[in-house]
Amino acid sequence: MRVQRLAAVAAIATLGFGLAACGKSGTPTATPGNGASSGAAGTGDQCVSSGANLTPAGNVSLTGSPTYDKVKSGGKVVVGVKADQPNLGYKDASGNRCGFDIEIAQLVAAKLGVAKDKIEYKEIPSANRETAIKGGEIDYYVGTYSITDKRKADVAFAGPYFIAGQDLLVRKDDSSITGPDSLKGKKVCSASGSTPLQRVRDKKLTEDANISEFKTYSECVSQLLDKRVDAVTTDDAILKGYAAQNPSKLKVVGKPFSEEKYGIGLAHDDKALRDFVNDALAAAEKDGVWQKIYDGTLGKSGSSATVPPLERY
Amino acid sequence: MTDVLYDLPGPRARARNLVIAVLTTVGVVAVAAYVAYRLIATDQFSELRLTQFQYTAVQQELLNGLLATLKAAVIATALALVFGAVFAAARLSDHALIRVPATWVVELFRAIPLLILIFFFYYVPLQYKLHIDTLWALVLGLTLYNGSVLAEIFRAGILAVPRGQSEAAYAIGLRKTQVMVSVLLPQAVRAMLPAIVSQLVVLLKDTALGFIITYPELLYAAKQIGSRGSFDFPYVVSYLIVAAIYIGICSALSAFAYWLQKRMSRSRRTAARPVPIDQAAAAEAGGVGGVGA
Amino acid sequence: MNTFLHTLTDNGELFWRGFKTTIELFLISAIGSLVLGTLLAAARVSPVPILRAVGMTYVQVLRNTPLTLIFAFLVFAGPKLDIGLEYFPSACVALIAYTSAFICEVVRAGVNTVSPGQAEAARALGMTFPQVTGQIVLPQAFRSIVPPLMSVLIAMLKNTTIAAGFSVVEAGAIPQYMSERGENQFATLIWIVIGFLLLIAPLVTLQRTLERKWGVAR
Repeated sequence: MRVQRLAAVAAIATLGFGLAACGKSGTPTATPGNGASSGAAGTGDQCVSSGANLTPAGNVSLTGSPTYDKVKSGGKVVVGVKADQPNLGYKDASGNRCGFDIEIAQLVAAKLGVAKDKIEYKEIPSANRETAIKGGEIDYYVGTYSITDKRKADVAFAGPYFIAGQDLLVRKDDSSITGPDSLKGKKVCSASGSTPLQRVRDKKLTEDANISEFKTYSECVSQLLDKRVDAVTTDDAILKGYAAQNPSKLKVVGKPFSEEKYGIGLAHDDKALRDFVNDALAAAEKDGVWQKIYDGTLGKSGSSATVPPLERY
Repeated sequence: MTDVLYDLPGPRARARNLVIAVLTTVGVVAVAAYVAYRLIATDQFSELRLTQFQYTAVQQELLNGLLATLKAAVIATALALVFGAVFAAARLSDHALIRVPATWVVELFRAIPLLILIFFFYYVPLQYKLHIDTLWALVLGLTLYNGSVLAEIFRAGILAVPRGQSEAAYAIGLRKTQVMVSVLLPQAVRAMLPAIVSQLVVLLKDTALGFIITYPELLYAAKQIGSRGSFDFPYVVSYLIVAAIYIGICSALSAFAYWLQKRMSRSRRTAARPVPIDQAAAAEAGGVGGVGA
Repeated sequence: MNTFLHTLTDNGELFWRGFKTTIELFLISAIGSLVLGTLLAAARVSPVPILRAVGMTYVQVLRNTPLTLIFAFLVFAGPKLDIGLEYFPSACVALIAYTSAFICEVVRAGVNTVSPGQAEAARALGMTFPQVTGQIVLPQAFRSIVPPLMSVLIAMLKNTTIAAGFSVVEAGAIPQYMSERGENQFATLIWIVIGFLLLIAPLVTLQRTLERKWGVAR
């Protein structure tokens, strides 16, 4: 019995230690950079917004949209995003969100008359996007969401607001992978339920047993750095963000082999909202807001910027 | 029992035991040294990797994860206790029409992998355009599985009260409900309390399955923090922190269960033998209880 | 009903591949955790205090850690320490590490069911510790060990599904693939449940038979 009691004491001590450790270091240093971190930490974790003017619209004329009615009565908007893609959809250590997708989401919210602080972000992994939109868990989704015909059966898309292409992220010292045709026999990682993963499978770019999948791309990147996989594949815009985070160890192959049109995922039957969001995007592309957002976010990782033509339907 | 397996060691046995003890110590030290060496050689505690744990936002993230874990565990516990009570009563019913289906339900939910149960509530409603929060997918899965196990514990607790007790109660003219409420339950509750607490440890651990359906619980928070590339993927540190939290809470609960059991076995306020609190004790008296995930 | 059948027949290769991996995972991990669990139990009843302490610490830590966390640690943290394995072996190691703690406890508790008089009598005959445990205690403990041992193994079989979250394509990963293929999820999950029931049924039957047979003899 004495052993049991000892175990209990140890358990409580462990717990107490755990809590104390959290409390002790609870210095409210909300701004990264002036904490204990040195210059080495300045790899761009801290979120900086592009500074584009996103003031909420005063009078919104949008009728016949069930989603907007919900937003209006609730006074807030729930947006599905990603949180681990630098320069696209990212959440930094202080809990701030930034990136191209995030600001596009804020742009849409502003046009809907919702202020930035009334936006509720939900992190939805690739595999659950359609279901989250269909189920009404989120009002709209902005997160490297490629417009495909198959998805159009489940959800509606506004946009595209950006065009990316599937590419490969490899270790810097690896010269054996030069493009999609050199993947045979190599271990490839991507996010479950994503289009890039399906393309690798459908085109048999590598053997089935060599495909690894995780919930998020950042897990794949970790596996790549640890040499568990040889390449991470998804859109170049995403990959460039990871390469920029770790330029001494990672590189993007730079031969895009697909065209991914990023759209804003909306409820399937909400045509009123779809038209409204398309108008909002058109306006932002015209008055320079789109460009400003781009330059302040994705532009930093060196992608080229072309405003894609909207595809209304 | 264990101390009757061997005689008091003589000189040769003492020498041999000493050798074994030394070898074990060397082995343990070697493993610890190797782990420490790997931790240091790969620089797991570098300044960069520890940076974000100094921010309140990250600590808040961990705390939110812990609260989400506890929230799921508390709701699931409450629902599982109700589910268990209802189905235990049904299994003890005199009417086959109630007893047999209840038995099937309990057996079925104990046989389905918990993750698959959770998937039922996660994938299926969405297919029919119904929205179920990941919290509820997790909670409902936990409820059905742990509720079924609890039903078995409750049943075992009631059956552990000696037959003479209910026979005597019937003999003085009490009705079925009265026998249950005033004679069987008060004694059974004491007998099964340790087993219930022990099952709650299993339930608490199982909330970590929420990780797989992206319910933002403690393990999920650890993954988020660990997967930040700009801090050089501090997975090791973040997992060690949450492991300490899980082990701390679960050990405390387990120790509480053992303490209850010891107290119960000394107590004379129940005629029922305690329901064994886990698989291990089940070997001593055919009982129920889960391994969990 | 037709859709229901087609969900299986159209994706037969996926179901086959998934359940095949599940069975492999189960068999390897079962053998591994039986061996490790028995060794741990031996350590826990041994005359050497430090060996007992090691066994107890192992059991305490592993039993109170969620299996999912062990998986996550092996797959994501392990490689950071340069001691990572491939995904399938990682899954085996996670299952063995976790399950062996429970098996250890079952075996140890089984030893406790044998009447102390048995060991004392054996010792009076001059038997040594290996003889007492190997020839007298364990054979008698065996009958009370096997039924709960089966429960632990059944639980482990169900726990193999967690590997799905860690890039192992076993039965638990089927829903994810089927979701990608736009298949009916309800039917998919029902088929998986049927698969598991088929795997578990013989184990449960065996367990109950042994329990009944040996339970009376005790």
